[in-house]
Amino acid sequence: MQEKIIEKCANCPAHNLNHLIRLGIDMTDYDYVIALAGNPNTGKSTVFNNLTGLKQHTGNWPGKTVSRAEGGFIYANKRFKVVDLPGTYSLLSTSTDEEIARDFILFGQPDVTVIVVDSTRLERNLNLVLQVLEITDRAVLCLNLIDEAERHQIQIDDKLLSKKLGIPVIPAAAREKKGMKELLQSIFEVATGQYICKPYRISNDFKELTFAVDELEAQIKKCFPNLNNARWIAFRLLEGDQKIIDAVRSGEIGKIKLQEEILE
Amino acid sequence: MEKELKQRELLLEVANKLRWKIGENVHDLILESIYKHAEEIASAVTKRKVGVQKFDFDSFIDRIVTNKWTGFPIMFLLLAIVFWLTIVGANYPSSALSFLLVDTIHPLLRKVAEYFYFPWWLKGILIDGAYLSMAWVISVMLPPMAIFFPLFTFLEDFGYLPRVAFNMDAIYKKVGAHGKQALTMSMGFGCNAAGVIAARIIDSPRERLIAIITNNFSLCNGRWPTQILISTIFIGSLVPSYLAGLISAGVVVGVAILGVLFSLIVSWFLSRTLLKGEPSAFSLELPPYRPPKILQILYTSLIDRTLLVLWRAVVFAFPAGAVIWLVANVNINNLSIAEHFIRWINPSAVFIGLNGVIILAYIIAIPANEIVIPTILMLTVLTTKLTGFGAGAGVMFELENISDIEYLLKAGGWTTLTGINLMLFSLLHNPCSTTIFTIYKETKSFKWTAIATFLPIVLGILVCFLVTRLWYILF
Repeated sequence: MQEKIIEKCANCPAHNLNHLIRLGIDMTDYDYVIALAGNPNTGKSTVFNNLTGLKQHTGNWPGKTVSRAEGGFIYANKRFKVVDLPGTYSLLSTSTDEEIARDFILFGQPDVTVIVVDSTRLERNLNLVLQVLEITDRAVLCLNLIDEAERHQIQIDDKLLSKKLGIPVIPAAAREKKGMKELLQSIFEVATGQYICKPYRISNDFKELTFAVDELEAQIKKCFPNLNNARWIAFRLLEGDQKIIDAVRSGEIGKIKLQEEILE
Repeated sequence: MEKELKQRELLLEVANKLRWKIGENVHDLILESIYKHAEEIASAVTKRKVGVQKFDFDSFIDRIVTNKWTGFPIMFLLLAIVFWLTIVGANYPSSALSFLLVDTIHPLLRKVAEYFYFPWWLKGILIDGAYLSMAWVISVMLPPMAIFFPLFTFLEDFGYLPRVAFNMDAIYKKVGAHGKQALTMSMGFGCNAAGVIAARIIDSPRERLIAIITNNFSLCNGRWPTQILISTIFIGSLVPSYLAGLISAGVVVGVAILGVLFSLIVSWFLSRTLLKGEPSAFSLELPPYRPPKILQILYTSLIDRTLLVLWRAVVFAFPAGAVIWLVANVNINNLSIAEHFIRWINPSAVFIGLNGVIILAYIIAIPANEIVIPTILMLTVLTTKLTGFGAGAGVMFELENISDIEYLLKAGGWTTLTGINLMLFSLLHNPCSTTIFTIYKETKSFKWTAIATFLPIVLGILVCFLVTRLWYILF
């Protein structure tokens, strides 16, 4: 009887919100992996601290998080591991911090990628969002610094944005701990498959490239049957991205995925 | 296995052929498309309230703090205020801590050791060596850090640091380095090891190496106590007492600025010799000013920064204290190892305006700059055979007040010139062992680690020598 009640409660947002257990750096036996991505200085580390109860150093200047930080929390009886990635403007070029972010989203295969954006600079932040959505199909957008946007007389229609991007969009003010409950619920729903994302894909845009991409994608799948972002890799190969070319040549792209499976 | 390899090569070949076929630059195509879509989506969901244009606080401040004329003076002024508050504010808690840890607990520990019949050498190593050096580090370092770090974090949280980078950017570019080096340099003011790691934000390996090698020219917090103390003794005493605090702070700022100048000169030199190349462009975002969160600032700066740095100092001071005690108490031919070395090096050291004690102190204190001053004081007592100070040979100690330290150093043959040269040498010498190790981890190269280690020493010796010659010509 007791257990049944708890089970029922575990599916109720109202219960879960009040029972977030911050685990700090304890990340044993996690059920889901969450990646925090975003432009520099959008408050990723603040969101990270709110979720894990850790005290990652936060500061008002871009480029403070240079390596990834990890932490954990329990929500709705599920254990989550959170990885705070360095802030980047894109996933295309090849500086160390961008590489760390890209490699993790690509190879680490997080269950949910939370993209933290600065609401006052939505347009530029969306550049990264669109690139992340090319790689993964499970993402949540955290519309952070919404209070600052309001102060600057900027209004953002989050429902419309969510509809357009095909992922949950949560307005938040992480410094004030606002929107964190809703964010958690969305992360949970996307991780467990209750919310199916239909991410906006610009790669559907290039009609003239379709033939090339299709052909490459088929080839990639033949070489690395386990990979689920073959299309994204096809685009990188067409761009001549040296890192990806090297990773294909060495077989590293397939291997990382394999290692993850062994671990599981 | 062989088959898979072939398959992958085939895949890359296909990709290559397709790239030729397409003929267009896919990278640019994709980028353009991303920008276009981002713009479309953003404009569809954003609405700007029209109405009275509110006063734009951010760009108003930015116009002042990044202005060509007012930017730099404001920067120096803020730095000076921060140092002044640190110098003036740290005095009282420092002497209180020293009273507790050195004057009260230390004799108590000695009594306890005597009670339990500790052999004299164990008592010496543990209590007079390790404990005292640790106590000294805490009483001298904790108060200034507890004042400096919150102030610095305040500026950081408010959003001032990127403006510093913005001001410095053009200069760094002129010397062939990356503008972001201004940010790693600022990090270095806290801790050089942290600054070296922060150089990861610089994309090009060439410019990143420059930033790593020159980071040591940022006066790290392990070196301010030295700067502040020596400046107070040798410079502050030259002016009337009501000006002493201000002038001392000004001189410390001067040394810090000199460090920045050296980082620029060395960057310029490297980018024209060993690390040739053009500076790469980057975009630096000026984040909006945010009302700082006072409680959070206190938390992060006190718990994360202050205690972390202090812990590091204590960890290193402990074994170093034991080593100091040993070199001062192990005798060969009736002379301690320390005295042998000091006598041997002294002539060359005096030639560049320092002395043997200083050189030995810097060798012993490689693990942490924080313990340089206590080591110097201890070694001075040892060589001058002064009595009435501390608790005997080889014992690190805190002196009741600054005039005692002044008396001791002057008895050890120190002049204003020695003081000035010590400040310069404190700025220009090898990085601490943690930083050296971090440089190796980040560059994975013995060569660059060696350059980053020895270049500042060579510069330091050169600068001290020149200052000394100039001094003798002038005075």
